[in-house]
Amino acid sequence: MTVATLPTRKDEAFRYADVGALETLWPLALQQIHVPAGASDVLSIVADSSGPEAREIEIVLDEGAQFDLRVLNIAGAYGRIAVTVTLGKGARFHLGAAQLAGGDQTLEVVTEVIHAEPDAVSTQVVRSVLAGHATGTYLGKVAVARGANGSDGSQSIRAMLLDRTATANARPELEIFADDVKCAHGCAVGELDPQGLFYLESRGLPPAEAKKLMLQAFIAEAFVGAADEDALTEAALNALGALI
Amino acid sequence: MMLNIHNLSNTVASKPILKGLSLTLNAGEIHAIMGPNGAGKSTLAYTLGGRPGYEVTGGTVDFDGQDLLAMAPHERAAAGLFLGFQYPVEIPGVSNVQFLREALNAQRRARGEAPLSGGEFLKLAKEKAGLLRFDMDMLKRPVNVGFSGGEKKRAEMVQMGILDPKLAILDETDSGLDIDALRIVGEGINTIMRKPDRAVLLITHYQRLLDYVTPDFVHVLAGGRIVKSGGPELAHQLESEGYEAVAA
Repeated sequence: MTVATLPTRKDEAFRYADVGALETLWPLALQQIHVPAGASDVLSIVADSSGPEAREIEIVLDEGAQFDLRVLNIAGAYGRIAVTVTLGKGARFHLGAAQLAGGDQTLEVVTEVIHAEPDAVSTQVVRSVLAGHATGTYLGKVAVARGANGSDGSQSIRAMLLDRTATANARPELEIFADDVKCAHGCAVGELDPQGLFYLESRGLPPAEAKKLMLQAFIAEAFVGAADEDALTEAALNALGALI
Repeated sequence: MMLNIHNLSNTVASKPILKGLSLTLNAGEIHAIMGPNGAGKSTLAYTLGGRPGYEVTGGTVDFDGQDLLAMAPHERAAAGLFLGFQYPVEIPGVSNVQFLREALNAQRRARGEAPLSGGEFLKLAKEKAGLLRFDMDMLKRPVNVGFSGGEKKRAEMVQMGILDPKLAILDETDSGLDIDALRIVGEGINTIMRKPDRAVLLITHYQRLLDYVTPDFVHVLAGGRIVKSGGPELAHQLESEGYEAVAA
């Protein structure tokens, strides 16, 4: 199955996309994942092609199913990971994603999490580190269907700009049609604390190592508890080293 | 000569703070700098540490034969300078152990020495933490996060012990300490730094730390310059008569 028409930037989900790069990849193959009732599954994606890379993923979780998705987005020119998740009753979904970009890279994580039935839990943690003229985007909608009471959805989105010329877009969005739900989102774009950097440098760390140390903890939040936490963190730190 | 500051002037946010300050420290000496609020005490510490925004407009600083002002902050550290912060910074998510091991090994690499292994470093850290009665478990926690004011200052002293500098500039290390912590920090300074090849510049508001660490020289900093120097008795005189009477 494929996603049919090439979108334009008027399409909300492609608003910050590199449409030129996308055209070379079109049509995209849709990756479908179905987790049956009570089962659990994990997936780690490391998008590290030297050229453009885009993925469309559709995940359906049946009653009580669980899914843990981790993403390290460090694709060369353009990297897009788009995920649609439909949660059945009491299902649990977690996304932990880190994007590291420099130069003219454009990276994005686009999610739509649908709480179709009651008592499902979704958590999303996205950390972006952006240097040079890079753009990092998170577009995420949490939709709670009518009657999906007891839904719990959270989005924690943070971006760190290493240069003033880099751009972070973050748009967490809630669409709620049920009464009894708990949804929270936090979103912040910032720069490294210069006081912290001076403190680390005053103890002997060269500026690049001081930055790396401060960012390491920031990125690690995306991979905490992952089955392959160490491998993901190491790959992220290598990419970070190249960025600073 | 360990440190020779000659006619040092600087600005912070275009405002002149230090105005021709001169001061000399020899190896084996502990100097205390006292002075009223706004005299430029912390500015002197940050300027010697190389903090961005503290712009030197005149003068020279020679540190153990090297031009201190030409060096970046991390190079000053590798050359043997330690700056104890009045307000140590919290670094969430980075443990003291990892931070200090990386910092020490960065210094050692810069000096052409072999880096310490994880085991060697932990042994050293345990020994230095023991000197200051600092719980090893706290060293495994993120840098200064959730530490009380006194714990942060003791952690600074543990850092100093591990990094083993030639010259320590301690900016109001005594502020925020209760009497027990003050004694421990004072003993720490004596144990770690009271040696023939070391020197300390203690910046303080109050006489009380000097009850535990006896300085060889006491200086009064006012209006961006050293206006009076003397022996330990000067600190007592300041305490009883006040800065205005003594420095006038």
